[in-house]
Amino acid sequence: MSKPVVATGHFTGCFGCHMSILDIDERILDLVELVEFNKSPINDIKHFTKPVDIGIIEGGISNDENAEILMEFRKHCKILVAIGACALTGGVPSMRNLVPLKECLEEAYLNGPTVKSENTGIIPNDPDIPVLLDKVYPCHEVVKIDYFLPGCPPSADTIWNALVALLKGEPLNLDYELIKYD
Amino acid sequence: MSTNVVTFTIDGVEVKSAPDKTIIQAADDAGIYIPRLCYLKDLPPGGHCRVCTVKVNGRPVNSCTYPVAEGIVVENDTEELNSFRRNIIEMLFVEGNHFCPSCEVAGKCELQALAYRLGLLTPQMPYLYAQKELDATHPDVYLDRNRCVLCGRCVRASIHLDKKNVFGFENRGINMRISVNSNDGLKDTDLTKDDKAMSVCPTGCLVVKRQGYLTPVGKRLYDKKPIGSEIETKTVKS
Amino acid sequence: MTHHYREQIKNIANKYGNDRGYLMNIAQDIVKEFGYISDEMVAHVAEILNIPMVQVRDMVSFYSFLPRKPLGKNVIRLSNAVIERMKGADEVGKAFEKELGISFGETTKDNLFTLLHTACIGLSDQAPGALINNVPLTNLKPADVPQIIRDIKAGKNVSDLPQARVLLNLKKEGEVICAPLESGQAIRNALNMKPEEVIAEINKSRLRGRGGAGFPTAMKWDFCRKQKSPIRYLICNADEGEPGTFKDRVILTEYPDLVFEGMTIAGYAIGAKEGIMYLRGEYAYLLDNLEKVLAKRRHLGLLGENICGREGFSFDIRIQLGAGAYVCGEESALIESAEGKRGAPRDRPPFPVQKGYKNEPTSVNNVETLCCAARILEKGGEWFAKIGTKDSTGTKMLSVSGDCEHPGVYEVEYGITIENLLELVGAKDTQAVQVGGASGKCVAPKDFGRRISFEDLPTGGSIMIFGKNRDLLECMHQFIEFFIEESCGWCVPCRAGTTLLEKKFRQILDGKGTVQSLAELRRIAQTVKAMSRCGLGQTSANPVLTTIYDFADLYAERIKEEDGKLLTFDLQKAMKVGIEASGRTMEGVK
Ligand SMILES: Cc1cc2nc3c(=O)[nH]c(=O)nc-3n(C[C@H](O)[C@H](O)[C@H](O)COP(=O)(O)O)c2cc1C
Ligand code: SF4
Ligand code: SF4
Ligand code: SF4
Ligand code: SF4
Ligand code: FES
Repeated sequence: MSKPVVATGHFTGCFGCHMSILDIDERILDLVELVEFNKSPINDIKHFTKPVDIGIIEGGISNDENAEILMEFRKHCKILVAIGACALTGGVPSMRNLVPLKECLEEAYLNGPTVKSENTGIIPNDPDIPVLLDKVYPCHEVVKIDYFLPGCPPSADTIWNALVALLKGEPLNLDYELIKYD
Repeated sequence: MSTNVVTFTIDGVEVKSAPDKTIIQAADDAGIYIPRLCYLKDLPPGGHCRVCTVKVNGRPVNSCTYPVAEGIVVENDTEELNSFRRNIIEMLFVEGNHFCPSCEVAGKCELQALAYRLGLLTPQMPYLYAQKELDATHPDVYLDRNRCVLCGRCVRASIHLDKKNVFGFENRGINMRISVNSNDGLKDTDLTKDDKAMSVCPTGCLVVKRQGYLTPVGKRLYDKKPIGSEIETKTVKS
Repeated sequence: MTHHYREQIKNIANKYGNDRGYLMNIAQDIVKEFGYISDEMVAHVAEILNIPMVQVRDMVSFYSFLPRKPLGKNVIRLSNAVIERMKGADEVGKAFEKELGISFGETTKDNLFTLLHTACIGLSDQAPGALINNVPLTNLKPADVPQIIRDIKAGKNVSDLPQARVLLNLKKEGEVICAPLESGQAIRNALNMKPEEVIAEINKSRLRGRGGAGFPTAMKWDFCRKQKSPIRYLICNADEGEPGTFKDRVILTEYPDLVFEGMTIAGYAIGAKEGIMYLRGEYAYLLDNLEKVLAKRRHLGLLGENICGREGFSFDIRIQLGAGAYVCGEESALIESAEGKRGAPRDRPPFPVQKGYKNEPTSVNNVETLCCAARILEKGGEWFAKIGTKDSTGTKMLSVSGDCEHPGVYEVEYGITIENLLELVGAKDTQAVQVGGASGKCVAPKDFGRRISFEDLPTGGSIMIFGKNRDLLECMHQFIEFFIEESCGWCVPCRAGTTLLEKKFRQILDGKGTVQSLAELRRIAQTVKAMSRCGLGQTSANPVLTTIYDFADLYAERIKEEDGKLLTFDLQKAMKVGIEASGRTMEGVK
């Protein structure tokens, strides 16, 4: 039997959730034994090369690129697991959702106290820069998400326990101490 | 049997209580936890959150206001009720603007703790992202309405414990909010940081300034033990 | 500015004895005087009454008819209730917007007009309707609008406009409510009995409350009477806010004596000296006549001291005008409101009959219930019990509106089937009948054999008919919007739940829902129903819950297969602001 395939993805977050994945310490070796990694920043595979059993995603959706890659993930992954406050709720980046985007951009690039001189600022418009969306979306508002692991980041134990349960096809029950929003 | 005692059951467990108690008071005395958000022992009940809803003889009632009665059959810890409670907590998360990772009361917040206890992994109802006003006019305290659950504890505590009238409600429906006894923010009220009203807020809405993040993660009130365990572990009165 | 209102506010407060219990009346008078009640005025009222400002603001901010910012000299409140919109309220609204050059919620630059929406104003039988400066206008057409505005600008009184005409529309008179009465006859009969015997007579009639819940009236009065208290109150609930209900409007216009007769009898039966009629703010135009009738009855010795010459029986009635809040029809919210507070319902127990107005035992009865009581004292409980069905004795005043030839009020015997009713009112090709208003039940054709009665299909009087061509779910959605507007906000499941329910429902109506969305919709709806504090919240999900099974097809046809990508997420739309803000174009994005 071939090993289950796992992919991980990173959107608008701080990479802390990925650090937490790596934080499972020596168990990472077990993991490498257990599964095969496809697209992931951990191994730097940039594109999906085959169907994936479990996709793990970090970060909220704040620009068009995020959205498109997340949709790719949905297309390729049988099970999609969102991890961390950013992916689940938008997290800290979504604080901007309380202010209209236009005002945010103007404050950051035109009017803010750190903008050096007047009338020289410009809102970045290079075609290569992804376009910010009107708000930061939690992943589940863009595609269907199968499982949620809260935390900022979720602890390594949370991620490990969840992954093992999913690989074994067991129900995902998190202990009290593992459910945390921060 | 004396007329000063009524006997009834909560989830099949026999409970005895004085007849002038509410169900939640009797349950607390018996070491049975009924989830709640707006009720606080030393305040009259407010009836806002409905998290304390139990079934009495099959009908949903609010346990922080409903009196005990002889022979009633109370259901509390059922999957049905807990899922309704979880849904209410979820509603509060999407109604307000809660960014737990950066909140100074995370770990001791009752809203968060209820979410944990009831097993809410993440809110999935549509977020409202409504703009809410912050009142930082007072030198020692601030009111961040983004985190307000409109439990009314501050309103009641100010009236009943502080004998003041610092807080009240304003507007109706989804626009309801906490208002203060002045036209220019908290600074023009007689609130002090030592008021009882300052210690009752279940969330990070009404807090004393310069006191955040004092307790390290892992040592905070609800890091290890769920909310309600303080009631469940206390010696059961007969 | 500051000083010129201080004196007037002082006088107004003085008129009410500087009594906090009349805070609502004081605020209403201030609004009448100045057009609004500002934060400064609120502070001033607080100072005069010596109560915290936060309490005054709490009350004022609750009611739609107590504006806190200046409005235009003329305030147009166009009803956007479901039936009104079916009859063209949206087009009339557009005509107003066009004529005035403003949108809803705005005031014209010359401060002459403010344009607002309001919920059902009890004129669904002659929709679309509006209140302009509290004067009702009916059967509005877009073409009428320019002339209306011109006339008002020219200084014409709104009440002199040709549209300022409320038709009675009493289409069927029955033997209980719509029959002649010799004023005082029923009271005299009652006074010949002991109060307990009056209650026994009502008990014989098996009269049940007409306000919605159907509680046996005799039992309510008996509970109230038996409370150990020297003071008791009787309240007549004339708040009639349930969308599509207007039968109390007809009763209060045509049979006010019967209502007051019933109130007096109730007062005698429960041992109350004071009666309050809580009249919805939208019916302010009925006030003058009602006051006249009260004055006449005082003159005839039917109110006041020693009524009908009976030593020691005194009873009088005051009318408390509401200020635009549907929830104040709920009896405990009504009581709070009558006490001059925000209309937040109370938790029960204690029930109003135990602790009601000013914490004294209080019986709250619907207008029609009290009329029935008067008639029962005139003609006897046995006579009454012969009408209707076993568990629903007597007649019911139905307010019929929507897709039928003869909208209006019908007094019918309890037990009439929907089918027969539809025939009576000339309704053809009916898709559904909403029985009991927005909070009631949407009945499908397969159930048209069912009967209007407490044991089958109860209603406070509202019957709304939806023809084949109506978008039924859109109508249900408008009901939910109504509940959002009218939720008092006190409890979470209703305050937040109704708004969230609307969002989910909208997604489905827009064809962006999946099977999962339907489950979510149900989850929210059931939580709101089970967990809400009062009847408003508990019924606010009914527009969904009573259609989701019986009209499952209407849902199914909008639900899309799910492929993981959510239809609610619209990438192009989400990118629009970002593209515009940075001066790019869609094409310029890779
Ligand atoms: C949201 C809500 C609105 C209500 N509106 C009215 C109303 O407009 N008129 C009325 O008589 N009862 C209304 N009721 C019912 C009252 O609470 C109460 O049951 C009724 O006035 C009792 O009178 P009855 O026994 O004569 O029916 C309403 C209830 C709720 C929950
Ligand atoms: S959830 Fe926390 S740790 Fe994870 S990406 Fe977001 S900010 Fe970083
Ligand atoms: S108040 Fe509680 S729920 Fe809200 S952000 Fe803070 S910790 Fe989270
Ligand atoms: S400020 Fe705090 S105590 Fe007051 S209502 Fe809001 S959440 Fe409750
Ligand atoms: S159910 Fe709605 S109207 Fe009733 S108390 Fe709760 S918020 Fe207020
Ligand atoms: S604890 Fe009882 S309603 Fe909130």
